[in-house]
Amino acid sequence: MHSTPNLYDYWPYRDRPKIVWPEGKKLAFWIAPNIEFYEFDPPKNPSRGGWPKPAPDVVGYSQRDWGNRVGHWRLMEMMDRYGMRGSISLSTALIDHHPEIIEACVARNWEFFSHGIYNTRYSYGMTEAQERAVIEDSIRSIQAATGQRIRGYLAPALTHTERTFELLGEYDFWYTCDLFQDDQPQPIKTRQGQVISMPYSLEVNDVITYGQQGMDPWRYADVLKRHFDQLLAEGEESGTVMCIPLHAYLVSQPHRMGPFEEALKHIATHADDVWITTAAEIAGYYRQTYWDQTLADIQGRGLATGGFGFAPQEDKA
Amino acid sequence: MSLPDDYLVYPKRQYGMDQALYAWRPSDKRAPVAWPEGKAVAAMIVVPIEHHMLNPTGKPFKHPGAMVTPYPDLRHFTTRDYGNRVGVFRILKALKAAGARATFPINAVLLDKVRPLVDAILEDGHEIAAYGVDTDHIHWGGLDRETETAWIDETKGLFAKAGLSPRVWLSPARQQSFSTLELLAQAGFETCLDWEQDSVPVRMATPGGDIIGAPLSNELDDRLLLADRKQDEAVWSRQILEAVAWSKAEAPRFGGQVVGFTLTPYVTGQPFRSAAVADLLKALTADGGVWTATASQIVDAWAAAQP
Repeated sequence: MHSTPNLYDYWPYRDRPKIVWPEGKKLAFWIAPNIEFYEFDPPKNPSRGGWPKPAPDVVGYSQRDWGNRVGHWRLMEMMDRYGMRGSISLSTALIDHHPEIIEACVARNWEFFSHGIYNTRYSYGMTEAQERAVIEDSIRSIQAATGQRIRGYLAPALTHTERTFELLGEYDFWYTCDLFQDDQPQPIKTRQGQVISMPYSLEVNDVITYGQQGMDPWRYADVLKRHFDQLLAEGEESGTVMCIPLHAYLVSQPHRMGPFEEALKHIATHADDVWITTAAEIAGYYRQTYWDQTLADIQGRGLATGGFGFAPQEDKA
Repeated sequence: MSLPDDYLVYPKRQYGMDQALYAWRPSDKRAPVAWPEGKAVAAMIVVPIEHHMLNPTGKPFKHPGAMVTPYPDLRHFTTRDYGNRVGVFRILKALKAAGARATFPINAVLLDKVRPLVDAILEDGHEIAAYGVDTDHIHWGGLDRETETAWIDETKGLFAKAGLSPRVWLSPARQQSFSTLELLAQAGFETCLDWEQDSVPVRMATPGGDIIGAPLSNELDDRLLLADRKQDEAVWSRQILEAVAWSKAEAPRFGGQVVGFTLTPYVTGQPFRSAAVADLLKALTADGGVWTATASQIVDAWAAAQP
């Protein structure tokens, strides 16, 4: 085990070289609906049970099923009203279980990225071959169902190994949503590929705000507006990224949709300054335009420490 | 620790659900439900009557509201008891004043002890539901079938002794085993309040017969919002009204829906929350688009409209 992941170098927010998003926009905004399948009776990973309560956790399971049966459609139709496309964090197996959802999202030209196979199958303890199998399954299955070659990854239930990011580089992923150290993208230290850390956010993620912090819907809408206003103001100096990670089983509850719509409305009124887009479009633009600039700045400030993720410089043979 | 290779085998990765209780059906594919008199929303108010003993085993986990401090935890015992002695009568009064019907799941061991409460509930025309033996009889996956069958029989027996034959079941802690629904259907229960997979009732098929799930919202649970999440009562009631308003507005798109929520006597029966409860119930019954009804009334209306 390592004391730090060494996936990226320390890079202070102040005095970074400027990022300007396409058409002079200051903030790149994206929405990540997590479209997940939680198994009724998942196998046990030695590091973590499938559910917080013993299976079958009928309240947890049925609330998540409600998210797919009822909540998803509410959220998708609301995003349509504001011309916002989703970048879907997908439990890959949902393609098989609920193809109607996939078809509706493909028809809207939403982006798909992998969130593992099921959100009840964790990466902890996986061998390299097993983790490769999950990644290859994701790429193959999503391509077959949507025609899209996925470029993003959010590890299932945020469970990782030391190999996860190196494998993402090898399989030509463009971005990972697993890291929370910044409001701007940053290159990840992999031996192969060009993977960036994509700002995703746990702080404004509905699982955290509703589940862990117990916010009411009006407070959450206010949090989203404030978060957005601040990042937009800072984007004047150098372009920022804001993501709203969502779960239909939470945000689409009938007592929450109205206030949430107020937040979307607020964001939509700033469309002149905001690039409302998908994660893959942000990652593609960043890799092409700012990848080298960022690395040169980190190097120039004497902050580059070398090495790779979970393989610091001094470990190198 | 390494993982066995079968951790990457997915035997149920196929169209639909990964269990056989009910089929997958997105909400835009279901026939719209029409509630009586053209109401858009059925408000299902559930008032759980729980026995929290001083010495729970806490297996497989502590029931919400269970004792917290070392034995004897008189502070929590008496606070829960307060709900059944005092708080619930405030709720009954508010229901009556508003003209609202509710469903009262009762732990079977309480029936004798709280007989005056049982009579008051029946007198006001509310529905009584079975709520297992007590809060220390949690049905769960580790329970063997014989034990679980015996618990359901014991519950039924205690209700029969009290002259009651409830059609509706709520499981202690809303927890189940893989056999619970089957055993409940076999025992003649028609409706279960543990599941919330849709915004309308759902028929679930078991080897013991069918049982209908009537959706009770976890995210609108009063104990969760007021006690665990520490929200205030104005925000709590505003969320219920918001849920009703949103569901009403969706009626042309999705048909009639259910908004099911709890009034837990030791939580919403507190004096400082009484005004909020009374106002909320009045707002619901004053709303021409809302039908406040018992679980069985809702399920019967839904069933009558099924093709």
